[in-house]
Amino acid sequence: MKKMKLATVWLDGCSGCHMSFLDMDERLIELAGKVDLVYSPLVDNKEFPPDVDITLVEGAVSSEEDLHKIQAIRQRTKTLISLGDCAVTANVPAMRNPFTVQSVYDRAYRETATLDPGTPDTAIPKLLPYARPVHEVISVDVYIPGCPPSADVIYYALTELLEGRQPELSSKTRFGA
Amino acid sequence: MAERKTIMIDPVTRIEGHSKITLHLDEQGRVEDARFHVTQFRGFEKFCEGRPFSEMPSLMARICGICPVSHLIASAKACDALLAVKIPPTAEKLRRIFGLAQVVQSHALSLFHLSSPDLLLGMDADPAKSNLFGVLEKDPQLGRDGIALRKFGQQIIERLGGKRIHPAWVVPGGVSDPLSHDDRDAILKGVPEALAIAMRTIGWLKGTMERFRDEIASFGNFPSLFMGTVKQDGGLTFYDGTLRMVDASGEVVASALDPARYFDFLGEKVEPWSYLKSAYYKPKGFPEGIYRVGPLARLNVADRCGTPRADQELAEFHELQRTAVLSSFHYHQARLIEILYCVERLEQLLNDPEILDKHVRALARPNAPEGVGAAEAPRGTLFHHYKIDEQGLIRWCNLIIATGQNNLAMNRSVLQVAQRYVQGERLTHGMLNRVEAVIRAYDPCLSCSTHAVGEMALEIQLVSPDGGVLDAVRR
Repeated sequence: MKKMKLATVWLDGCSGCHMSFLDMDERLIELAGKVDLVYSPLVDNKEFPPDVDITLVEGAVSSEEDLHKIQAIRQRTKTLISLGDCAVTANVPAMRNPFTVQSVYDRAYRETATLDPGTPDTAIPKLLPYARPVHEVISVDVYIPGCPPSADVIYYALTELLEGRQPELSSKTRFGA
Repeated sequence: MAERKTIMIDPVTRIEGHSKITLHLDEQGRVEDARFHVTQFRGFEKFCEGRPFSEMPSLMARICGICPVSHLIASAKACDALLAVKIPPTAEKLRRIFGLAQVVQSHALSLFHLSSPDLLLGMDADPAKSNLFGVLEKDPQLGRDGIALRKFGQQIIERLGGKRIHPAWVVPGGVSDPLSHDDRDAILKGVPEALAIAMRTIGWLKGTMERFRDEIASFGNFPSLFMGTVKQDGGLTFYDGTLRMVDASGEVVASALDPARYFDFLGEKVEPWSYLKSAYYKPKGFPEGIYRVGPLARLNVADRCGTPRADQELAEFHELQRTAVLSSFHYHQARLIEILYCVERLEQLLNDPEILDKHVRALARPNAPEGVGAAEAPRGTLFHHYKIDEQGLIRWCNLIIATGQNNLAMNRSVLQVAQRYVQGERLTHGMLNRVEAVIRAYDPCLSCSTHAVGEMALEIQLVSPDGGVLDAVRR
């Protein structure tokens, strides 16, 4: 059987969902027999392939680059999964939304800096006015809430999808789990 | 017209978060400058404004899914200072175990999951194989050891805190629940295997060093200051103590620095091309105040580890160099020695009869308007600093994370490696992978993301002296 192509990506998140992915522990070895991890912070391929079967997306859409990236990933992915509360609801990243972007920059780069205060703006992506959940900017096929979703839940969802079934997640995880 | 090229490595992979590196070449194609760009900014210091202080540990843990426990501890210690309480002794010991378990899992991730492909398969290995799965194929024992050791740390966190990532167990005044007899025994049962893995892996790493003599000489091998927390007797500690700064010769330049007064001796500079500020030691100024933190720095500043196996390895570590150990390549070995220390130390703490005591939390209302909490995170010293109003709502917050304190050293290391390996005329994967590998040695925790999807990994731009892009080549 041809192996499925799996990708993982993180936008504005803490990497906790990726750590929960790694918490599958020895099951990672089993999974490696069924899928090729073709793009991920954990592997070296630096180009997102054109024909990925499943992509796990961690994090909210918060910067211009997050936005461009997720739009391109959507075009190259069959089944796109919002993994974790930041992808599903924008969660913690959205806590900056009541503040202006400039005031958020100012705390870090003016009020608490000791040398050369100023907003960094060269060769790095700008923040969007608001952090948004993934499904507000592209279509999402599967939602796995949790902060982070447990390794068991991630394993269940992936194995169901690999078997061609739609995972039933509402009884297994929830916001904040 | 003279042409200057820029090489971009985007994204840097197998690190915790994303970033990119640009190398600036002169007319002869020699690397004249290098920059390590951190491209995500999240705004925690601002958006916690108005939140009740008691939410801070759980909120701040969300800064990082790899070292949430460090943020929990530093944040809870800042909150202890707001309450102006001394937490129960058992609570302190439990927090120590929690922190040690996290160092084990985080260091295991860095060494096995992220860097061992370079060390086992070589810096020039096929990028399609340079990952944990490639390691499992080539040396199944090494790969499985990495999974098992990380799991050992994560399971301790789960047993104490209820879940592996973002547990809510560390609270202002202590911890929320005592340790049960069964959980204590279950954790202790895993200790022998964890020790065996740590010892086996140190042996393996030391055996591979000969292959990397050239990398050791150029991977961030330069004089700098080193900072870490030490106990009163000068021993290694992760939970509390005072800060010590040593110079490249290994001499102490400052000791007994109070972490709560970090702002007196640490400064932060903003660079327009990165979201990561560069910390420096104020008395030496910028950039002479460059210092390193984390495993290499801690072992350079501490007089001893204080546990038998780790101390034996520490003695051997110091034989690498009579002065301070300067090459950042040796972060890997330092990380393994710290894993050994952590497993030995948490075993000692778990065998303390007081560890099962039920009194684990001091209750109080806020009694001070301002508090600082510091701890040694896996990657170096972490500071949380909060100010609250009369209702206990956060009014101001400042954080200094470990990775920012290594920022100057990481930039300088990238330049050193690039000057040694990269010639503009011909680029190979191995050259550029080495530039990334030196960053991996620092194990930066960026919680950040970049990379233009669909673009090739390497983009070489021909830039005219006025900065205009003349041409771009992709490979």
